[in-house]
Amino acid sequence: MTSETLEQGATGSLGERGRRLSTGRLGDRLFGISARGSGILLLLIIAAIAVFLIAKAVPALKADKANFLTSQEWNPDAAQPRFGVLQLAWGTLLSSFMALILATPVAIGIALFIAYYSPRRLASGLGYVVDLLAAVPSVVYGLWGLQFFVPKMASVANFLHDHLGWIPLFGGDNVGGQSILTAAIVLAIMILPIISSISREVFLQVPRANIEAALALGATRWEVIRMAVLPFGRSGMVSAAMLGLGRALGETIAVAMVLSTAGGISLRILKPGGNTFAANIANTFGMAGNLGRGALIASGLVLFVITLLVNMLARAIVARRKEFV
Amino acid sequence: MAKRIEISGLNAYYGKTRAIEDISMTIEPRSVTAFIGPSGCGKSTLLRTLNRMHEVIPGARVEGKVMLDDLNLYGSDVDPVAVRRAVGMVFQRPNPFPTMSIFDNVAAGLKLNGVRGRNRLGEIVEKSLRGANLWNEVKDRLNRPGAGLSGGQQQRLCIARAIAVEPQVLLMDEPCSALDPISTLAVEDLIASLKDQYTIVIVTHNMQQAARVSDRTGFFNLAGQGQPGRLVEIDDTNKIFTNPGEKATEDYITGRFG
Repeated sequence: MTSETLEQGATGSLGERGRRLSTGRLGDRLFGISARGSGILLLLIIAAIAVFLIAKAVPALKADKANFLTSQEWNPDAAQPRFGVLQLAWGTLLSSFMALILATPVAIGIALFIAYYSPRRLASGLGYVVDLLAAVPSVVYGLWGLQFFVPKMASVANFLHDHLGWIPLFGGDNVGGQSILTAAIVLAIMILPIISSISREVFLQVPRANIEAALALGATRWEVIRMAVLPFGRSGMVSAAMLGLGRALGETIAVAMVLSTAGGISLRILKPGGNTFAANIANTFGMAGNLGRGALIASGLVLFVITLLVNMLARAIVARRKEFV
Repeated sequence: MAKRIEISGLNAYYGKTRAIEDISMTIEPRSVTAFIGPSGCGKSTLLRTLNRMHEVIPGARVEGKVMLDDLNLYGSDVDPVAVRRAVGMVFQRPNPFPTMSIFDNVAAGLKLNGVRGRNRLGEIVEKSLRGANLWNEVKDRLNRPGAGLSGGQQQRLCIARAIAVEPQVLLMDEPCSALDPISTLAVEDLIASLKDQYTIVIVTHNMQQAARVSDRTGFFNLAGQGQPGRLVEIDDTNKIFTNPGEKATEDYITGRFG
């Protein structure tokens, strides 16, 4: 019941006392003010961040002698500043989408196993371990990636190059461990837990009635999952994947440590090098001059816009079949 | 199609708790058998043992024998999935798949059985929806979500989904308890028209409904609080409601308890 109808009913039948019950109590008023205040505060903070970033970015963008969106150079502190985000955008999107493609099937498999296949005692332990994976700081992933994984990946890269080099993805003159592929795998491990835990929660919310409906039609366990669980969890899985993608897009330190940041745009995922927005900021912010910082902030704004677009796209996908839950 | 069910010495448990004790009865083909009795007396549990849905609840198990003609449903080499394909079920609350269209809901069981091809599916879907007295109401919106129908229509959709695979037995667990009187009437008419082809078992809390739709009625009761449910008697519906053999049945149907 809305407060309006409550008030009307109160004045109509209960008189003065009823009106006092429904409105004007101190607790109600305090709660209303604090809820509204939190909402407004959030908007103010976002606006303040946006204003700050734009104010810092504009002078650098004005001084840029190259096209900010299509140039691959990054020399903002030169006498003739020339910088652009194309290469950063390429490295960021390529590594993040590869990470997403690698992580999502595994994460959903883990979630299904925990929710519907594993014995109950194993399930809670396994869920705990997966959640723990999310709590590992990203610098630890970076260290592990650099010290342990990169050398291993060097031989994997050589193997792939020797045997599957005719596929353009694995081709090129020069392959190594500090490649986009390695970064993507490290990112995939990092985003696995978030995709997995959210999918698991969604799968556990499937109404018992839907599962029984499928069972009663004579569905096997996998058919129950296909008929009742996956369709019901579809929008949740998309949201989970998008949260994972958001984390991959913004991941800084692990990528900065794993990649040997070299320039260029290439689909050769075994080639050492590549760069991302966040890694570039982490690697160059300390040495950057005034203009250089402005340029980095401008690149951060582009990353923000990309993330926003990806999220809107995901929402659009989810909304397309909204009438079917 | 329709088959006879013979239950003998059936006990069903939830963990350590025995829910029904030593049930034996015969359910005739091409007839409607109603289970009545107070809440908690095990009617629904018994119903769910007939398509091996009882055991999907963690810790639940069954002892005893259920023969579907000459097949023991609890035989060691019998696959519960195969049992459920032969014994259809309609639940208390309508449960169409929320993510599927009306068409896909009816076709869901068919697809499990390997029926392919839009034309073939379309034929059976139409036949099943006609069989469930729903075709005229939904024929122009087969691609709309099944969850968008009214409660009574959803329940008839679930019946259409269950009969699409031409089961040998149709189990109904209080199919009208979530429906208004007009939808209830529609479902009861449907039950009457389906009994020519199917063995129907219906659990109901509504004694008038049992009297209206069923040929035979079984009355279940508890010996006491915390005791397992038992079959008190099963007989022709006419006899149960006019001249029951047991005092407890008479007390129940005349409203003296329950």
